[in-house]
Amino acid sequence: MSRILIIAEHDGAILNVATAKTLTGARALGVDDIDVAVFAADPAAVAGQAAELNGVSRVLSVAGADFAHPLAARLAPEVAAMAGDYSHILAPSTTFGKDLLPRAAALIGVNQVSDIMEVIDARTFKRPIYAGNAIVTVRVPEGGPVVATIRTASFAASEGGGSASIEERQPQAGDPGHTRFIKVEGSDGSGPDLSSAPIVVSGGRALGSADNFAIIYGLAKRMGAAVGASRAAVDAGYVPNELQVGQTGKIIAPDLYFAIGISGAIQHLTGIKDAGTIVAINKDAEAPIFEIADLGLVGDLFEIIPELEKAL
Amino acid sequence: MKILVALKRVVDYNVRVRVKSDGSGVETDGVKMSINPFDEIALEEALRIKERGQAEEVIVCSMGGADVQQQLRTGLAMGADRAIHVETAGAVQPLTAARILLKLIEKEQPGIAFLGKQAIDDDCNQTGQMLAALWDRPQATFASKVDISEGKATVKREVDAGLETIEVDLPAVLTSDLRLNEPRFVKLPDIMKAKRKPLDTIGLNELGVEAAAELESISFEPPPKRGGGKMVESVGQLVSELKNKGLL
Ligand SMILES: Cc1cc2nc3c(=O)[nH]c(=O)nc-3n(C[C@H](O)[C@H](O)[C@H](O)COP(=O)(O)OP(=O)(O)OC[C@H]3O[C@@H](n4cnc5c(N)ncnc54)[C@H](O)[C@@H]3O)c2cc1C
Ligand SMILES: Nc1ncnc2c1ncn2[C@@H]1O[C@H](COP(=O)(O)O)[C@@H](O)[C@H]1O
Repeated sequence: MSRILIIAEHDGAILNVATAKTLTGARALGVDDIDVAVFAADPAAVAGQAAELNGVSRVLSVAGADFAHPLAARLAPEVAAMAGDYSHILAPSTTFGKDLLPRAAALIGVNQVSDIMEVIDARTFKRPIYAGNAIVTVRVPEGGPVVATIRTASFAASEGGGSASIEERQPQAGDPGHTRFIKVEGSDGSGPDLSSAPIVVSGGRALGSADNFAIIYGLAKRMGAAVGASRAAVDAGYVPNELQVGQTGKIIAPDLYFAIGISGAIQHLTGIKDAGTIVAINKDAEAPIFEIADLGLVGDLFEIIPELEKAL
Repeated sequence: MKILVALKRVVDYNVRVRVKSDGSGVETDGVKMSINPFDEIALEEALRIKERGQAEEVIVCSMGGADVQQQLRTGLAMGADRAIHVETAGAVQPLTAARILLKLIEKEQPGIAFLGKQAIDDDCNQTGQMLAALWDRPQATFASKVDISEGKATVKREVDAGLETIEVDLPAVLTSDLRLNEPRFVKLPDIMKAKRKPLDTIGLNELGVEAAAELESISFEPPPKRGGGKMVESVGQLVSELKNKGLL
């Protein structure tokens, strides 16, 4: 039996683009039947969006009041209950997928393949290890489904134009009652999304303060870009955590990436390896960021950025 | 309440890891080894919970060959009360690691099992979630703030959208993110004291754990290199390069 299940990521209203990227990874497996499961309080809208993705055969729409927030402890048994019908179970390698899928894998009784960046065949994959310093090719043993997260920066989003059927399914497990969602605090959602924006402008420790970081926001706005940051800038409180790019932040693949006042630590670089063009601005000509930048400019960012804004 | 903290021995995060020329693995000979940074943060948090009077004992554990005892000793020097070394022939993959940790949990009955969110060698980010599943208890992954009260943990989690707060009943599995705390430095007298703290070694077969089917590593390769960069002399030149590439 060859059939793929993708667990949709969404916010209750909109299907996250990470799901369309996971679908592209799934299509590389050479398996024709691809189902997308949508767990939501009211799945109709998201299920409709999933059904429009090209390559999806069926959308499984599972409604439940306790699916209003995606809690791994609640969703993992649902995924495990579906597993018997599938050769592959996939989710995006976002915090949603990373939280949920290993829990489901353990219930199914298999190791997970994390962060697939390339598909060799239906059970053989490339994935990064050591913060991207090495790439390992792994093979999943026979005897269970392949449970894997897809590194979204490695795959473009699948296009629309599909018309999959939508089937309603009933939840199979109950709410364990031991895990409660309280709240989520995040950016206001204005400006392009860091994970999918074609241009990203990131600032580092060199910005020196939250007030100074405004210069990065200004440049980003001017270019219609999303704002990112190094860990040092987040740790220092200049910007919120969701802007962190790197091994433990977001792994992104914009067409154009600006690293401004960022030294280029390996943990940062691993987050931007798939960027089209990397521009580095740093006052230290020896900064490691220049070793991987496509275009480098040595100088003081506080002089260069205003000049750049004027030139745009 | 006891807290069980899992410490993995990994190549130090400052080391630039290289793939062996025959593609059989990465070079680890003579390379500096340390506690996985996330696990050090997990231990620091456990110690702070104990120092606030909310836990009685902090137990560190590690799975691997005899050399993981170095990292356990460091954990004891940081302030853990005792250590358990589960001796395994080689590295264990996450599901087997989780099965081993479950055995330790059944024995020790901790209120919290504290792990790192990911090991910086395999970058799997799985073990804590798997342990929570096998234990059938809550998980709060990617924790950047933890408050314990009345048998519950309120945890702020670093998620793609920002900071999510969830509340979990204890016992539970927590996994640490980088901003949870800054681990303390170990002082020399603590290293001396740590030598006298108990460190038990258990053989894997004594625990009766069934090893999960492992992923087979076929080959290793260095990451694709990015093409050589170009330095520009001025903002004007930068802008015209970007225009030439059709990016502006
Ligand atoms: C387990 C682990 C995971 C990590 N994960 C991540 C991650 O996901 N993302 C991440 O980013 N980091 C991560 N880090 C941290 C990483 O190792 C670096 O510490 C961090 O990236 C440094 O941030 P930075 O480049 O902003 O700061 P610094 O390294 O301090 O660099 C600042 C740079 O700014 C330049 N500069 C200073 N003033 C100016 C000026 N006026 N104009 C122009 N340039 C100037 C300096 O020359 C310097 O190169 C991780 C670390 C660990 C241990
Ligand atoms: N061999 C091991 N010894 C001790 N702890 C481990 C081991 N393997 C995994 N862990 C724990 O599990 C966490 C996540 O690991 P991983 O799922 O491999 O990314 C680590 O941060 C450790 O806390």
